Amino acid sequence: MNRTGAKRKNILLMQGNEAIVEGALAAGCRFFAGYPITPASEISEGMSIRLPQMDGTFIQMEDEIASIGAVIGASLAGVKSMTATSGPGFSLMQENIGFACMAEVPCVIVNVMRGGPSTGLPTHPSQGDVMQARWGTHGDHPIIVLAVSTVRDSFEITVEAFNLSEKYRVPVIILSDEAVAHTRETVTMPSPEEIKIIDRIKPEMPPEWYIPYEVTSTGVPPMAVFGEGYPYHITGLSHDVRGFPTQRPDETDELIRRLYRKITQGFHEIQKIKSFMMGDAEIAVIAYGSVTRSARQAVLDVRQLGIRAGLLQLVTLFPFPRESVETVLNQCRAVLVPEMNLGQISREVKRVNQKDTRVTTYNRVDGQLITPEEIYSQLIQMK
Amino acid sequence: MIENDYRNEIRFCGSGGQGIIMAAIVLAEAAGVYDGKYVCQTQSYGPEARGGTCKADVVISSKEIDYPKASRPTLLVAMNQASCDKYFLDLNPKGLLIVDTTYVKKVPTGRVAALPFTRIARQETGNTMAANMVALGAFGHLYKNVTAKSLEDALMARVPKGTEEVNLLALRAGMDAAKHLDLCALPQLVREEEV
Repeated sequence: MNRTGAKRKNILLMQGNEAIVEGALAAGCRFFAGYPITPASEISEGMSIRLPQMDGTFIQMEDEIASIGAVIGASLAGVKSMTATSGPGFSLMQENIGFACMAEVPCVIVNVMRGGPSTGLPTHPSQGDVMQARWGTHGDHPIIVLAVSTVRDSFEITVEAFNLSEKYRVPVIILSDEAVAHTRETVTMPSPEEIKIIDRIKPEMPPEWYIPYEVTSTGVPPMAVFGEGYPYHITGLSHDVRGFPTQRPDETDELIRRLYRKITQGFHEIQKIKSFMMGDAEIAVIAYGSVTRSARQAVLDVRQLGIRAGLLQLVTLFPFPRESVETVLNQCRAVLVPEMNLGQISREVKRVNQKDTRVTTYNRVDGQLITPEEIYSQLIQMK
Repeated sequence: MIENDYRNEIRFCGSGGQGIIMAAIVLAEAAGVYDGKYVCQTQSYGPEARGGTCKADVVISSKEIDYPKASRPTLLVAMNQASCDKYFLDLNPKGLLIVDTTYVKKVPTGRVAALPFTRIARQETGNTMAANMVALGAFGHLYKNVTAKSLEDALMARVPKGTEEVNLLALRAGMDAAKHLDLCALPQLVREEEV
């Protein structure tokens, strides 16, 4: 193990933000448009260096509204695209995220959460944007939100985000936070063969037979590359299967329900969680993002006292992984939901709690990561 | 010293612009990429580009690291008075304080390795900006879980192009300066009334 002096192959010391860059490139992302903001700037910086080396395109736009606009345009032209921002910029992007949901444009939006509201705490972590990621844009819309907790899983989850986005033709939001984004860790980079990549389905019929928003069994219509001879109409208005605006109740209803159906049909694949010591657990921590790290340590520490504690890490935050959470709620006497906000995922946990399992919250909004000691003392009180 | 704990917590602190984070990155790279340990490096700073208190933590472990920050550092390197005063209370009583006496005039404990890093940098390299590497060199000599060669290789890989020579000179000057320190002569614990 202790080979000194020689640089180890494939082991790199990198930040969470740098891992997101590498993950995106591994997944096939070749377009990035963004506007710098702490603590997400390293993603733009990394992309500006790496994309030109790989024949990709990097644009620094004039603001976040234009950034997401460019990303949607690039994706429609057939290129896997991404942008990255933090809370204030994420708010600006909301309208166009809704457009991407409605027009079914695959894209990945990274939100590295910092303290808010408004300019808040630019250099400190928070988890305050969880509900904004789900409901930030207006109207009933399905969306996929994934949360990263370590540098290594920043890489893996970014690849996953692109895969889900391409498969379901939906914007995928990656929630990171300052604590993950700026932590440097050693990571062993997987070789390209180990990485599974999914690309969007393209139409196989001749252009004149192509129905851009066709109702298919999966709910996901094939997506033509703009400029390859499949002309179609793209709009944020309610549209019929050919993409033209409609106000007909039957067509509108079918569209909105199909947008939801494509996500609910893929629920088992989209719902991603990681269990830690849950086998015989009587009390559990449900956590996501950087707080997971402290929770793991706390679970290991209370187990030393003979307390049967476990951890359920939510990787997918939305659609809310209710099946896994319900299993934990049925199994355990009490559940702790520690968050760096005043209770956003804990509300979801309480919503799906059908039994009388006690759901305790532990919240911090001072820009500091919740420590293992804090979770430890909460777990002891729940014993 | 401090070789047996599987988890070592180290903190560098000073003023923004002193190269605090760079010193931590080089240490993390040396221990992680070259020596094969698990490492986690985090930092905390304000929105300003220069000034303000800045700290950078490195956790080095033989096991996978959960909590990424240093909660009770065993080694604290303080590059200015304000940060020394602020973070000294976090120091493990069995740990060691390392200070830059160019800026830290009021040292809060007798259990300290005190060297004028900035002055050494000015004298040996002609560049006070290299004080962080002098500190890292001295630190590397006192901390046995990282090798001098790994530190030098990591430094060459991480510092900005064109500054490798100056920084390497500074690192070695720091190592040499620390050779004159006698840790056995120090009190075994930081006294209770101090913490």
